[in-house]
Amino acid sequence: MEVLAIIGALISLAGSLFLLLAAIGIFRMPDTYNRMQTGTKATTLGSLLFFIGIGFANPSWWGKLLALTIFIFITNPLSSHVLARALHFIGKSPLLKGSNDLEVRDDLAVEKAEEAKDTGKGDQV
Amino acid sequence: MKTFTYRLKAFLVLAGVWLILIYPFSLQELYTGLAIALLLVLLPLPGNRVYAEIGLAPKRLIFTVVYIFVLIKEIFRANIDVAFRVIKPVLPIKPGIVKVKTRLKSRLGRLALANSITLTPGTITVEIKGDELFIHWIFVDAGDADTATQKIVSQFEKYLEVIFG
Repeated sequence: MEVLAIIGALISLAGSLFLLLAAIGIFRMPDTYNRMQTGTKATTLGSLLFFIGIGFANPSWWGKLLALTIFIFITNPLSSHVLARALHFIGKSPLLKGSNDLEVRDDLAVEKAEEAKDTGKGDQV
Repeated sequence: MKTFTYRLKAFLVLAGVWLILIYPFSLQELYTGLAIALLLVLLPLPGNRVYAEIGLAPKRLIFTVVYIFVLIKEIFRANIDVAFRVIKPVLPIKPGIVKVKTRLKSRLGRLALANSITLTPGTITVEIKGDELFIHWIFVDAGDADTATQKIVSQFEKYLEVIFG
């Protein structure tokens, strides 16, 4: 019993480490897309490890933890996808501020521009 | 008959989630939950039709289990990769949006593919148009971005193709 609790605590610690790194990432990343890359993704491995750790400490909670994991794994990518989509919709380019790297790839903007040309709307995108 | 199959599948999914949720089983909770699941399935809700794409053949179930392990392995690998990017003194990032084509036909399959791509850190699905996925990458290699993207997509596609048909 004691051993299981210690193993659980160690796994939870590893999970919280990933959550900490994600928080640092939100501070350090230069633009919204990259903040989302680190920030929203903390919930994947961070919370997965956290739940596994709690599961070791309290074995009777496995069912609820499994349900929580499934719901997080279904809803988390959907919300970050919607945020990224809205961000691109209002015209935010993935280009980083300060770097005048003209070679930044943005296939979606290219596609949108072509579509606008086809429908004759001009470049309102 | 067709409506019966998807209703049965929807019922199985709802009942399965409920069983996991109330894990130390008590009969009272079980009956209430199953009754509500039955009611939801019999109501003519538009979203129910999506369940028709779930397959229950044994091969698909085996591939689902394998797929979950592949996904967890990929999440570990990518999470550690992004964690190292965060703690390096100079951020090694070069973001961009790359277009990828997918072979998957079913709606649930495409949803699962887009979700898996977003779940692995370093990649976010920004938009889906038909069979084209637009993926935001934290580090776009100048030379082989297309092959790298194709690799990560086909890695998931291989399993999802069998699971969702």
